[in-house]
Amino acid sequence: MAATPVSTEVVTLKLNDRDVSATRGQTILEVAREQGMEIPTLCFLEGLTPWGACRLCMIELKGSPKLLPACTTKAAEGMEIVLDSDRLKKYRKMILELLFAERNHVCAVCVSNGRCELQDLAQKNGVTHVRFPYRYAKYEVDSTHDLFRLDHNRCIMCTRCVRVCHEIEGAHVWDLKGRGIETEVVADNNLPWGQSESCTRCGKCIHACPVGALVEKTTAVNEMKKRSGFLPYLTTMRENRP
Amino acid sequence: MSQTITIDPVTRIEGHAKISIQVDDAGAVTDAKFHVTQFRGFEKFVEGRPMTEMPAITARICGICPVSHLMASSKTVDDLMAVEIPPTGAELRRLMNYAQFVQSHALSFFHLSSPDFVLGLDSNPAKRNVWGLIGANPAMAKDGVLLRKFGQNIIEILGGKRVHPAWTVGGGVNEPLTAEKRDEILRTIPQAMDIIQRTLPWFKKVFEGFNDEIASFANFPTLFLSLVHEDETLSFYDGFLRITDAEGNIVVDKHDPKRYGEIIAEAVEDHSFLKSPYYKPMGYPEGIYRVGPLARLNNCKTTGTPLADKELLEYRSRLSHPVQSSFHYHYARLIEILHGIEKINEILLNPTILNTRVRARARVNRNEGVGVSEAPRGTLIHHYKVDDFGRMTWANLIVSTGHNSLAMNKGVLQVAKKFVNGKKIQEGMLNRVEAVIRCYDPCLSCSTHAYGQMPMDVEIADRSGRVLDRVTRD
Ligand code: SF4
Ligand code: FES
Repeated sequence: MAATPVSTEVVTLKLNDRDVSATRGQTILEVAREQGMEIPTLCFLEGLTPWGACRLCMIELKGSPKLLPACTTKAAEGMEIVLDSDRLKKYRKMILELLFAERNHVCAVCVSNGRCELQDLAQKNGVTHVRFPYRYAKYEVDSTHDLFRLDHNRCIMCTRCVRVCHEIEGAHVWDLKGRGIETEVVADNNLPWGQSESCTRCGKCIHACPVGALVEKTTAVNEMKKRSGFLPYLTTMRENRP
Repeated sequence: MSQTITIDPVTRIEGHAKISIQVDDAGAVTDAKFHVTQFRGFEKFVEGRPMTEMPAITARICGICPVSHLMASSKTVDDLMAVEIPPTGAELRRLMNYAQFVQSHALSFFHLSSPDFVLGLDSNPAKRNVWGLIGANPAMAKDGVLLRKFGQNIIEILGGKRVHPAWTVGGGVNEPLTAEKRDEILRTIPQAMDIIQRTLPWFKKVFEGFNDEIASFANFPTLFLSLVHEDETLSFYDGFLRITDAEGNIVVDKHDPKRYGEIIAEAVEDHSFLKSPYYKPMGYPEGIYRVGPLARLNNCKTTGTPLADKELLEYRSRLSHPVQSSFHYHYARLIEILHGIEKINEILLNPTILNTRVRARARVNRNEGVGVSEAPRGTLIHHYKVDDFGRMTWANLIVSTGHNSLAMNKGVLQVAKKFVNGKKIQEGMLNRVEAVIRCYDPCLSCSTHAYGQMPMDVEIADRSGRVLDRVTRD
């Protein structure tokens, strides 16, 4: 089987005043990371289709009045991009605070404490407290699955679980129900996870989830270790790319 | 017309404890109450949470004895999992628990209480604190700091750098002990041993000067409740519940802690959010009992370690057995520190402590579980109910300070009757009310953060709320 043809067309652009070249089709995020330049992300996970939901990876493009998500914006000739202006930093911090305020993230007793992408980003981006009132909304914990647990209190709606299950495992257990702030992840058309017939118990969603929302059962505080590194490997193998 | 004197600690943590003393028209004390507002809404708060989170959650509701809650909560989760935890896992938990006893007792004795002994109860309250102690007896202050550090260091070595160790979990502990860590702890034992062995003789000399306080500090007959090992030695972690009476007779023995509900009932009084437990067959309030160091030493036959046993013999020959005056909580606490250090040494010298099987894994296998352990301040009971998926549906905690609440009220009343006279508040009374509460080392933030002096706001008011006298002390 022939390998998927890889584009060889090269474009040049500026990232924070640095001249860089990229292959057409690459996203700003990919180019920046290739250059070792940091852009914070949450809903993005290497190996899955970018979703553009969390807006943490926003960048400034010269000539564009609006901010653009680096994970879904393709590199184009002549772009002049700023990755970390004060305005961007302010918004990123605000987004993180809103995520904390939206649900009930109690790091101190969370199984993912110390190994959580949300917590890490909050620390790196200087979130020392949350300026918005917490919602304290009541959310369930779905413990009905034999091996795993879904704690809606900790979910940040990144949809990494939805995508990994659909794109990699091919089971499509997860979907979203509701709108806006009421959105929730659901298994098999809103069944308790333990009753899902499509779940193959592969555990990919557990490891794709950036926070303590999808976790292994029997873990206690600080004990959940996630390994999302398996994804790029699986994708590469599946697409048979060198 | 009856009047109420209110002693209100004005601490940063507001409204945690308050004392009110009722006086009649002639100024004679008729009643006294120690008010506590803790653990409100706790059951609601944990509803729906996975049971495996409980040790961490309960360790956070109390900043003073997190390890004690970790122990009782982990034991409750063991019970819900219906597992027997590996012996080394249990021994490692005990190790951490002994360390917790040493550090907590050291805080209580050296930092909070010893200023009373060194400087005297009637000394200037502004100086009667740990800073005053440093001035008057710097060696002793240093000993206190070092002994506390000894215990805290062990907890840190076992549980990692975090303030609230997450190392004890349902099923055991989550990491075995390494030889390096063991040796690191072993090296710190001689110094701790030296400290307690010079503090005990010092205290034995000093307390003779406190005869008035010994006679009036919650010195009255009650029952005593504690865990005791099967061989009747002192227990801080497992064994059976025992209750003895004021004459030293065994009233309840070999009682399965899981069936605590058969012997303990809880009364809810409107003056306090802390439920007042009592010995069920005797009813309320006659079934008053005490827990903690005094109760444990009254209840056990021996401590089970040689040096502490020698001290226990002397303790019993100096004071009549069973010991009734709550003043002697301090003495008992020192003997328990000695015992704890001996135990830590004993546990570490057993090579099986390095075994790597330290955790049993299971999911929920029961819908109801109970875990009972001894905290420095006394018996600690956790009781949970969960659904078939291990989610919490109900919780009840009987904390050490709760067990003592009836006795504390009675103790405050006894002191008030002796030291309160008339409608004016005298400083000497404040000091003694404060000191009597401190005997129990109640697990309230306000009693510990103030380093040697409880800030108080005392009011005498009549029934209509008119303030007759008021003294504030920060
Ligand atoms: S459960 Fe986890 S992976 Fe799924 S949407 Fe929520 S945070 Fe993302
Ligand atoms: S990472 Fe780009 S929007 Fe979430």
